[in-house]
Amino acid sequence: MTVLDHRNDPVAAVPGWRPGATAPRTDPAPLLPDPEPHRALGTGAADAADPELLRELYRRLVAGRRYNQQATTLTKQGRLAVYPASTGQEACQVAAALALRPQDWLFPSYRDTLAVVARGVDPLQALTLLRGDAHTGYDPRATRTAPLCTPLATQVPHAVGLAHAARLAGDDTVALALLGDGGTSEGDFHEGLNFAAVLHAPVVFLVQNNGYAISVPLTRQSAAPTLAHKAVGYGMPGRLVDGNDALAVHQVLTEAVERARTGGGPTLVEALTYRIEAHTNADDATRYRQAEEVDAWRAHDPVRLLEDALRGRGLLDEQLVADAADQAEQLAARMRAEFHTDPELDPMSLFAHVYAEPTQQLREQAGQLAAELAAEAEVHGR
Amino acid sequence: MSTAVRDQSGREQSGPRTGTMAQALNLALRDAMRADKTVHVLGEDVGALGGVFRITDGLTAEFGPDRCLDTPLAEAGILGTAVGMAMYGLRPVVEMQFDAFAYPALEQLFSHVAKMRNRTAGKLPLPITVRIPYGGGIGGVEHHSDASEAYYAHTPGLHVVTPATVADAYGLLRESIASDDPVVFLEPKRLYWGKDGWDPAAGVEPIGKAVLRRPGSSAVLVTYGPSLPVCLEAAEAARAEGWDLAVLDLRTLVPFDEATACEVVRSLGRAVVVHESAGFGGAGAEIAARLTEKCFHHLAAPVLRVTGFDVPYPPPMLEHHHLPGVDRILDAVARLQWEE
Repeated sequence: MTVLDHRNDPVAAVPGWRPGATAPRTDPAPLLPDPEPHRALGTGAADAADPELLRELYRRLVAGRRYNQQATTLTKQGRLAVYPASTGQEACQVAAALALRPQDWLFPSYRDTLAVVARGVDPLQALTLLRGDAHTGYDPRATRTAPLCTPLATQVPHAVGLAHAARLAGDDTVALALLGDGGTSEGDFHEGLNFAAVLHAPVVFLVQNNGYAISVPLTRQSAAPTLAHKAVGYGMPGRLVDGNDALAVHQVLTEAVERARTGGGPTLVEALTYRIEAHTNADDATRYRQAEEVDAWRAHDPVRLLEDALRGRGLLDEQLVADAADQAEQLAARMRAEFHTDPELDPMSLFAHVYAEPTQQLREQAGQLAAELAAEAEVHGR
Repeated sequence: MSTAVRDQSGREQSGPRTGTMAQALNLALRDAMRADKTVHVLGEDVGALGGVFRITDGLTAEFGPDRCLDTPLAEAGILGTAVGMAMYGLRPVVEMQFDAFAYPALEQLFSHVAKMRNRTAGKLPLPITVRIPYGGGIGGVEHHSDASEAYYAHTPGLHVVTPATVADAYGLLRESIASDDPVVFLEPKRLYWGKDGWDPAAGVEPIGKAVLRRPGSSAVLVTYGPSLPVCLEAAEAARAEGWDLAVLDLRTLVPFDEATACEVVRSLGRAVVVHESAGFGGAGAEIAARLTEKCFHHLAAPVLRVTGFDVPYPPPMLEHHHLPGVDRILDAVARLQWEE
């Protein structure tokens, strides 16, 4: 019988040996998510929380719920082309916006207009993509909010690159990328997280796991123990949080942002939540999920969870309820008023921003469209 | 190997010199990084190795590993990261290792790099240069020889630049990096090691200008990038057949210098468009169509195309059958209806 003797093996004699590495293998244990999602409401953490933070979360959640309702109504009235509602996900949306400081950047997906609005972007500007009058209605640099991203997870490496550039500049800026459970299957999710960890970029990834990518449930999307576990493979911590617990999401994100800010590198956060509405107004969710499941999640509602916690601490007074309802109605009224009229669009703007200077071919095509418009005007003028 | 041109005391030489396209590209990157701290190079093996073609040789040594960054091996990640860097005010120069290795990054290129200025109404231009060694003729095995320019030229929002001379390699790369628009910078890899006399200080015609490399009185060969030397060779060989061929180097496919191309074609009445990528749906189809539309009454013959075949790029031992050569070009010239 031969006993392998590694004492004279220059490679295998080094503890933690591996090829091409200047540092030994790392311990995965500290990166692992906790077995159960972090919860704060209904625990001692809620009792210790700043009352004004709880009130602010409540006012914004109530407004966010109303925002989703109003946007859905505007779709039915034909005022929006399409609206992917975040009803049921308001805690994630609001907490994401509140966890960021003005100098930080948000990288939203198409379902994250509420986070964009909660960050301070005008609702009319946040919704131009879904109204159909402009791809992006706000100034990304001025608002530090990237355009709403439709191709899944492609915004993830953007957040990484921006955070990397900010770190190289020595700036105190963190990037937060929002995506869903379906997005974690995309290659750009993998590449973005790998780059983030290797570059030690100050970036946070929030996966809102709402159970379905349009119709496909999580079990057909991933066989990972949790989506948060994916972090371990990249060498960053994974955190699991109750995504309908606004205080818990706020705590986890605030901690992750602080960690990124102070040189601790990226974090992957998986928030467990639920898409109460269909994928969009064009979708029929009854084809792929049971009413009982939806009802169960309605009972685990982010607004109700926060109300219960506020009530438990004696903070849910008439004044707060009235203020929240009033702010929500003001937001809805403003949306109705602003979306009531059709936008004035300039067809010639098609050519304005393809390049810094239009090419000769684009100038010719602009001339062609101008002639078509003139002919149209002549017909209508007659 | 150092690509910097040095005198006997080791100082880098300025002024006229003889050098390769690879050296000119390296100098362009170096000069751009010296002139502008926001210029960052990133890609696979661009650091210690200096890139597989040594175009980034010495950049990490001079500017540090942050300015010339060895990235993980993931092209979409590289270009996506560059998008974020550009959003924050940097001017990234991305190296894709080979033409066909750039395909994983096409979604980032098509959906974001090409569209960001447009989808933000001009608020977020992306000054990114994507350098891609492209084309065949170097005996590369599968996936190392694609002429992929048509994909990029078909995508609104991208500039597509491809130098064919040493001087252009330097001048056009400097201009591409300085551009506030994204540029796909296609480097004909079979021309990397060709030497020429040139002067970095002399300057070249800007992006968007075609240049007549050889005047002629019979017909014009319209070409770009790796096919330029082949066309010049064909023009020389054509003298024996009694043809005096002009050769027009487009230099950039987008913007396409229609004015110069039309001027030459109208004056000669006969034209052949030459490129090595597949003909169907290729850049030559667009160029021939435009020349026909704009110069119809000046044409003595249809505008013909000489291209690679519509086949996946062949194994290296067969590539010479695929690539347009002097004979295929002269055969096309012979078909330009010379008989009275």
